[in-house]
Amino acid sequence: MARKITVGMAEYRVSNDPEDVLCILGLGSCIGVCLYDPVRRIGGMVHVLLPEHIPGQSNPFKFADTAVPALLSAIEKVGASRKNIVAKISGGAKMFSGADTLFDIGKRNADAVREALKSLEIPLKGEDIGGNRGRSIFFYVADGRLEVKALGKDVTVL
Amino acid sequence: MTMVLFEDLNEMQLDALKEIGNIGAGNAATALSKMVGKRVNMEVPLVRVIPLKEVPDWLGGPEKEVLGVYLGVFGALTGHILFVMTIDDALKIMRILLGDMAPSRDQILEMDELASSAMGEIGNILSSSYLSALADFTGLHLNHSVPSIAVDMAGAIVDIVLIEISQHSDYALLIETVFVEEEDRITGYFMLIPDTGSLEIILQALGVV
Repeated sequence: MARKITVGMAEYRVSNDPEDVLCILGLGSCIGVCLYDPVRRIGGMVHVLLPEHIPGQSNPFKFADTAVPALLSAIEKVGASRKNIVAKISGGAKMFSGADTLFDIGKRNADAVREALKSLEIPLKGEDIGGNRGRSIFFYVADGRLEVKALGKDVTVL
Repeated sequence: MTMVLFEDLNEMQLDALKEIGNIGAGNAATALSKMVGKRVNMEVPLVRVIPLKEVPDWLGGPEKEVLGVYLGVFGALTGHILFVMTIDDALKIMRILLGDMAPSRDQILEMDELASSAMGEIGNILSSSYLSALADFTGLHLNHSVPSIAVDMAGAIVDIVLIEISQHSDYALLIETVFVEEEDRITGYFMLIPDTGSLEIILQALGVV
């Protein structure tokens, strides 16, 4: 029986239990970053809010540039091997249309996540990013697949 | 000057903000009454400072289908207003206002032209009712941007403002208001997100620093 584990804003979860499904419900401009070791079947997901770390804030999982390395060390601690690890990402939508710079945060988040993965040399195996719809995402620890569901649309599998 | 955050507010300051919520809701009910030509009442709003991650739960869960109206606030202070209601309640308002002309649930979900212009108008009226209460109460000169509307999952609609708040705080100010028209009860959630330093301006203007 699959067990759904919700990852809240600025939180992360790691699992090596093939029954576990890590998920974020109602993802908008935030990004869900999934790291996976397909050999040892260990997965981790983080729910990122902002592109860059703000000095004085203690939670690294809120910011793309600190969340990706923090998630990497978290899944390594559980036994994931660096050389196996791949990434899948989703989110970063522009929910409201208009000129307000606040609305562009989704794109900035996506760019910062890609940059962080690149600098850690983690291959990006799949992404469903941008657009103007919210998503619910489900990351299966058993096989590393990422299911993306938007309102009124069919499921996309990454 | 140290920065004042929602979680730091004392009882008196919260009461002052609640009073603005009250008057804003009253203005909104009056505006709705004028639009429909019938009496629309409202219940005393619930004003809460709640942790960011609980906001979607207040709206019925992160996947609940909701309508969100966003306005940028500028002038004497800067910030953001987000007004949220469930699609079911948006549909009730449409039916009260437009009768048989009201768009269907599917039309609202797809945000076709009729639905988006009707909802834009309603969102504009309700949001500016709250904003004018804030302006009247504080004596501050405030303007707002053209409203932006979106229909989607609650989590996705609110995360943009939660992102904004999370840069300096982990709490949000949520005002819940129930409008009553005959048998219909319509719940609206109003979130006020002042930019850094703007909450002090409000408290100062209210004389409750």
